[in-house]
Amino acid sequence: MTEQEQPLEAHFQDTIDRMSRIEPRDWMPEKYRATMIRQIAQHAHSEIIGMQPEGNWITRAPSLRRKAILLAKVQDEAGHGMYLYSAAETLGADRADLTENLISGRQKYSSIFNYPALSYADVGVIGWLVDGAAICNQVPLCRSSYGPYARAMIRICKEESFHQRQGYELLMTMMRGTQAQRDMVQDAVNRTWWPSLMMFGPPDANSPNTEQSMKWGVKRHTNDDLRQRFVDMTVPQAEKLGVTLPDPELRWNPERGHYDFGPVDWDEFKAVVSGNGPCNAQRLARRKAAHDEGAWVREAALAHAAKSQGVKHAPVRDDQRQDLQAQSERLVVPLEASHD
Amino acid sequence: MTDQGWPLWEVFLRGKRGLNHVHVGSLHAADAEMALHHARDLYTRRNEGVSIWVVRASDITASSPDEKDPFFKPAGDKVYRHPTFYEIPDDVPHM
Amino acid sequence: MRAWLTLTTHADDFDGSPYDLLAQDHDAGHRWAFGTGFTDPLEGIDTSVPDALDPGALARYCLALGDDALIYSHRLQQWVAHLPELEEETAVANIALDLLGQARMLLARAGGIIGQTEDELAYFRTEKEFRNVRLAEHADRDFAEVVVRLLMFSTWRLALFESLAGLGSSSAGAPDPVLAAIAAKGANELAYHRDYAASWVVRLGDGTPLSHAKTQAALDALWPLLGELFRPGPDALGTVDPGAFDAVIDTVLATAGLDRPAAAPLAAVGGRAGRDGVHTEAMGYILAELQSVARAYPGATW
Repeated sequence: MTEQEQPLEAHFQDTIDRMSRIEPRDWMPEKYRATMIRQIAQHAHSEIIGMQPEGNWITRAPSLRRKAILLAKVQDEAGHGMYLYSAAETLGADRADLTENLISGRQKYSSIFNYPALSYADVGVIGWLVDGAAICNQVPLCRSSYGPYARAMIRICKEESFHQRQGYELLMTMMRGTQAQRDMVQDAVNRTWWPSLMMFGPPDANSPNTEQSMKWGVKRHTNDDLRQRFVDMTVPQAEKLGVTLPDPELRWNPERGHYDFGPVDWDEFKAVVSGNGPCNAQRLARRKAAHDEGAWVREAALAHAAKSQGVKHAPVRDDQRQDLQAQSERLVVPLEASHD
Repeated sequence: MTDQGWPLWEVFLRGKRGLNHVHVGSLHAADAEMALHHARDLYTRRNEGVSIWVVRASDITASSPDEKDPFFKPAGDKVYRHPTFYEIPDDVPHM
Repeated sequence: MRAWLTLTTHADDFDGSPYDLLAQDHDAGHRWAFGTGFTDPLEGIDTSVPDALDPGALARYCLALGDDALIYSHRLQQWVAHLPELEEETAVANIALDLLGQARMLLARAGGIIGQTEDELAYFRTEKEFRNVRLAEHADRDFAEVVVRLLMFSTWRLALFESLAGLGSSSAGAPDPVLAAIAAKGANELAYHRDYAASWVVRLGDGTPLSHAKTQAALDALWPLLGELFRPGPDALGTVDPGAFDAVIDTVLATAGLDRPAAAPLAAVGGRAGRDGVHTEAMGYILAELQSVARAYPGATW
């Protein structure tokens, strides 16, 4: 750090220590900025990829009311992704670049979405466990040191708690239904419980960045802390539902005041995170296809905007230049005239 | 040719009970009409009676609140600006 | 104009109303989905059928308009996570939700008369009992088809709903007050859909040479499905003036630089088409998907 930067850095750290917020125009260490972009972007990518496992069930939803609820939920997820990309962009990132990072695998998304949603009960279990885990992660982030991210998280948390309740309500309805429905729910829980615990990331002992992240207010609690909170919250919910969580070591520990639980299979986690999960290729391929197949649409919109407003704000492609030169009178537009 | 993303727009809302427009976030759109439509979908959930302003991000000039602090000198020699925030296609002049 | 603003907002600013907007209940159950309630669609409404009306005919007509919306919404739902930009995901999901909401109300209206629930009608009828027009069933092969088809459908449906709601000078409205109310609410939504579609048809028609070609191709492919919309059948309680429809479409096409196709309407089968339960081959696949889970778990409550 240069001498010039020391008072800036002191002011930056002091702002964080006072639980006040860093805003887009404030000085920040380059590493903070890069870390924040990465964290926010990966969160955004998770929302967008997360549209897929549940989105696949919209057309088959077994009642019109459930169909409407699920469609609205998936729509919300698109919205959350956009709020988060918007927050990342205040740090100088560009959404097109972030999309490229996602598709190329340079940036990750929550590994839970690399698991398949195999029945309609998965929709409910995703709402209950996956959104539940996400909320555990996200509520503390409402106090993230970075202002735009904290504000996006507040909006998102309000909506996500509604999603979780809807998921749980679907499960309650199914558990009070036919035996086939109850079996479907239990099966979905069996497949989703451990991956939900993995959503909190590796154990603290294996998380080298935790200390710096806590100092910078990027992270407010450790992975193990949040994982424990999630288990403590969820076990009573499972009991109420009448499902068994697939962990024979799960039991209340009165001395700790928490639930003890069994070991997470971190090898499976590593395999999934590194790209060998059941759905990794499929999720990215879908995102890539939508993006690639939509290129002509995005270009057309830009081309149309350029025609309507003059060239001030739209780039001109080489192959378009010749066409446009043929209509050169239209291009001579004074810069100031493009807005009223 | 690489795919050019749609430009960034900042969104300001004044709610039914509000006294002034407040910045709520941003979105991407090819033109102003699209930006308004999308702002309505994304930031108001098509609530009636909400006033929306959309402004191209590149049309906004922003100050830093820390500029008043005696530590910092005015604009020209700041190392901590984020010029990439305002990165726009090459042939658009920087404002 | 340049805006001189600070882009920073501080912690205490955000209890202002814009942030509340996203969390507030506009009314109970209408939480996220604009225009769609999550409770019984016709709860609290007097659903008696006016004496002058044949209940069976009213039910058939509501079913027809409801099926149009249900099947159309299904096709839009298939585009989730396939659209060209994230902002279009929210826009199209909104439209699909609106149409689903209209379908629920119309199916509930019909169902209330014939003694079936909205779900019994959606999930346990066979292909030949569905009364949607064939335009609703079409699988859009690209985004140009998405917006061209939506322009055609929403322009027609908006005009019809305005007629049913008694909006505009030429109509006294549907004789059934429930249908009139559904149409009035739907008309606001359909105006938004038509506006969205028209803007996109213009952007694509007058965008790049490639987008122009794709949009013209979409128009040419879909045009034959329009004819059916203007053969309302004996149960119809509202009308759409073809001249008014053409006026809107022609304005959009002219602005978009697109040619109005000359293609003839798609033939019926022995005079029977969508309204008579004679659909395209796509219908079987649509219902197989739509109804699969509900049918796999008979007796289940969801």
